[in-house]
Amino acid sequence: MVEIRFHGRGGQGAVTSAELTALAAIDEGKFAQAFPSFGPERRGAPVMAFVRVSDTQIRTREKVYNPDVVVVLDPSLLQIVNVEAGLKEGGLVILNTKKSAEEVRKETGLKARLALVDASKIAMETMRVPITNTTMLGALIKGAGLLGIEALRAPIQNRFGPIAEKNLKACQRAFEETTVED
Amino acid sequence: MAKRVGMEVSIAAAEAVALADVDVIAAYPITPQTHVVEHLSELVASGHLDAEFIPVESEHSAMSCCVGSAAAGARTFTSTSSQGYALMAEICYVAASLRLPIVMVTANRALSAPINIWNDHADLMMSRDTGWVQTVAENGQEVVDLIFHAFKVAEDHRVLLPVMVNMDGFILSHMIEPILIPEAEEVRRYLPPYVPKLRLDPEKPVTIGPVGMPDVYTEAKMVHDQVLKGAKDVVVEAWQSFKSQFGREYRCVETYKSEDAETILITMGSISETAMTAIDQLRGAGKKVGLVRIRLWRPFPVEELFDAIKGAKVVAVVDRAMSLNGVCGPVCAEVKSVLYDRGARPYLQNYIAGLGGRDVTVENFIEMADQVAARAQRGDPMGYEIINVRD
Repeated sequence: MVEIRFHGRGGQGAVTSAELTALAAIDEGKFAQAFPSFGPERRGAPVMAFVRVSDTQIRTREKVYNPDVVVVLDPSLLQIVNVEAGLKEGGLVILNTKKSAEEVRKETGLKARLALVDASKIAMETMRVPITNTTMLGALIKGAGLLGIEALRAPIQNRFGPIAEKNLKACQRAFEETTVED
Repeated sequence: MAKRVGMEVSIAAAEAVALADVDVIAAYPITPQTHVVEHLSELVASGHLDAEFIPVESEHSAMSCCVGSAAAGARTFTSTSSQGYALMAEICYVAASLRLPIVMVTANRALSAPINIWNDHADLMMSRDTGWVQTVAENGQEVVDLIFHAFKVAEDHRVLLPVMVNMDGFILSHMIEPILIPEAEEVRRYLPPYVPKLRLDPEKPVTIGPVGMPDVYTEAKMVHDQVLKGAKDVVVEAWQSFKSQFGREYRCVETYKSEDAETILITMGSISETAMTAIDQLRGAGKKVGLVRIRLWRPFPVEELFDAIKGAKVVAVVDRAMSLNGVCGPVCAEVKSVLYDRGARPYLQNYIAGLGGRDVTVENFIEMADQVAARAQRGDPMGYEIINVRD
């Protein structure tokens, strides 16, 4: 079982990212759960959302405490949230940043293995909005490899209708541009 | 063929209500039930569901509309949570006493104060003595399946009582997970159109709900009690026909690795799944621990529960609500009376867990199982304890 935690700000689509990941996994015949951190929802405030993906039935309802993968949608969260909290040994942190791994480590002290992508830039260039949820899904697929990127097509199409193609393009571009540390 | 889809459980619940072909929905939104009625209103507005959606101004009115609608012979649904249940409670007693087969999904949530929108079983326990049939779901699939089952039981002429399907708020209501949604035709085969036994009809006027003077009130209550007790057979029968139609099997009480268990945990609702994972780990460590999960809460499945726990030397009952009685939690009270009446006296400890959205983890169940076994060994006094309390 792979456990994923998304960090975003209210309105950036962290919850949607989690939902789309679970829907894609279920479409592939896997088992999955997606759920938000149930709390008062405020635009701009730090929010989290969670996903479990497994080849067998998932029989737990506890929160995700020790994720295998953490996805950070907004670079400004690194200053206020410990995104590595509870991360499993050998876990992966996937960041939306324009910085290099060295710069990120120097500024934040992050120790985990990193996957980096400038998702804000990709989102602005492909969709003209600074919303990085679908873009970061491309980075998640590249970094964690738990699904084929094609599995996201139907969930993204169902969710975004006329703007699905732009989202898919951003997702695909992030998949190509994400660099993953060994 | 059923379709396997990833879906939020609340949306799946609404889809199940639509598949059950309801005639009337009267509901008022409240967290965490909101998505259920929101989606139903969309289904009605878009023409996918041919039903009356009555957007009432309160839960009291929601249940009042349901009473009128069910008395007129319509298949009727509503849904609520917590404070909403508290407001409609007055009419919930009326619905049960008038023998009206309303189905309600309760997205279980704590009761104020302090104001808390998160999950526990306070509302479920508040509704405990209303005389409704009550089932409690462990996962999203069960929510869907128990909704079909609820209409089947409620509308059976041997029952004609309202049925409440309980799903843990947020933990289930806001979870996206894989769910098998059956075909409309399969649901129609399982759940034919409702045939009222008696209904309000201007052509054949009857009175439903007159005053009950002291010379009939006791008898009315006695009949209600007998009907509710008798409803268990219909509940079981409806699960048997559910199995023939859909293949999934449900019982009043489920067991998990409990046959040779020395210690048995008893749970109800979504924590049961977490508890099963804990049991697997405890068994892996060579500990003889098993689980008993209560699915039918009202009428309480006395014989089934006793059969499931009669071999155990040590029992831990996990309640997700308090009774504030200084004795024990509400599930534990039922377990104790079942044991007392049958002269059985295992070591029994009650744990109160998961109030107002506090998480109940696999580790918590492992600790409870270990602790109750150690307590029994030492011969500590039996009682109740609230776990996960902050220092």
